[in-house]
Amino acid sequence: MTELRYLAPATLDEAIGAFAKAGSAARILAGGTDLLVQMRSGILKPGVIVDIKKIPEMTQIEPTADGGFRIGAAVSGMALHDHKNFGKVWPGVLEAVNLIGSKQVQGRASAGGNLCNGSPAGDSVPAMVAAGAVVTVQGPNGRRELKVEDVPAGPGRTNLKPGEILVSFALPPRPAGSSDAYLRMIPRTEMDIAVVGVGVSLTIKDGTVTAARVGLGAVAPTVLLVEDAAKALIGSKLDDAALAKAAAACSAACRPIDDKRGTIAYRTKVAGVLLKRTAAIAAKRATGK
Amino acid sequence: MAKVHVTTTINGEPMEFLCEPNDTMLDALRGSLNLTGSKEGCASGDCGACSITLDDQLVCSCLVLAVESEGHQVRTIEGLADGEKLHPLQQKFLEMAALQCGICTSGMLMASDALLKRSPDPSEEEVRFWLAGNLCRCTGYDKIVRAVMDTAAEMRAQ
Repeated sequence: MTELRYLAPATLDEAIGAFAKAGSAARILAGGTDLLVQMRSGILKPGVIVDIKKIPEMTQIEPTADGGFRIGAAVSGMALHDHKNFGKVWPGVLEAVNLIGSKQVQGRASAGGNLCNGSPAGDSVPAMVAAGAVVTVQGPNGRRELKVEDVPAGPGRTNLKPGEILVSFALPPRPAGSSDAYLRMIPRTEMDIAVVGVGVSLTIKDGTVTAARVGLGAVAPTVLLVEDAAKALIGSKLDDAALAKAAAACSAACRPIDDKRGTIAYRTKVAGVLLKRTAAIAAKRATGK
Repeated sequence: MAKVHVTTTINGEPMEFLCEPNDTMLDALRGSLNLTGSKEGCASGDCGACSITLDDQLVCSCLVLAVESEGHQVRTIEGLADGEKLHPLQQKFLEMAALQCGICTSGMLMASDALLKRSPDPSEEEVRFWLAGNLCRCTGYDKIVRAVMDTAAEMRAQ
């Protein structure tokens, strides 16, 4: 059996040094709700585990100077839930993060882990895409920023370079009349993996949509930003014709697989249905009606 | 494999133990620490039978590495009762027959205790959603939910 080493550095520089040095044998530990299961099942046998939770930047939720938020990559769902006003500004992101697993899992699981695990069905990812979140990653060659939608590369794979660690999510400031929502389709009421997940973020002024972003999950090898759906919503009053066009754009963006949770035809149809429902919730929140 | 020396606090008592780096907290509790109240059901975070708190946060101990407990506060089912005096949840579970085989019980109690600390007056829906990560194959959940609701009412009255 390979020797496993556990490291819990107190600074990001130390973490990056250790992570880069260990190469492909290393794994980052945030909440561990995916990693420990993969280790237990024998899918993964890491040589080094770098626990990032002792690095303050990784576990903080901070309002930014421009009125947005910066969320450390290892912030747990419960910590985000308990934050005094994050959920008021980004209710859709919060509800998406809080759909990941049970309360026990919420105590550990993070949006950073959800993104880096690379599952096309990760619940927080479509909501973060809709929110226009930008991630900071840091590696041996320094820091860089990536749009959330540019992080996943395929099932279980990301576009992070060797030695790079996800540090934080930056969510932009919210203009008046803005809100968001996330809905997923699952065959049961709780504790399941999305068959389709849709995140919608809207800004509405005098009844007209002035800005929109749509994130779509579980229907392609990666979570998708659906620009055509957003275009159909922008400038509209969310009338039936605009919603139908946006729904059709979501269905058209789908490149799903057939599996035990849903067929290609079902996922494609549900993507459109969920777009309409999610947009309605986001609009209701944005307008306070 | 070199064992790791861990210093932590369990149920208020300072504790030290040795573990492998890939041992889970549940392995350590049920192994060298001999605290076998936390049960292993699925070992993948789905069943909640191994629920403990880590710095007052409800977690599955099968999804925590034992080495991660270094310097933190762990609370297990063994710390729920006050000496010989059962916690109100334990007492109510007995009175209302909220358990049958008992495998899920310590996890149910730890999760319910965490809920009542956050929310002393939960709705039935809140209790059911909160306990969605604790599987029970005997009771059908109704007796457990009623016991938690009754305990909450009793604790509020005190």
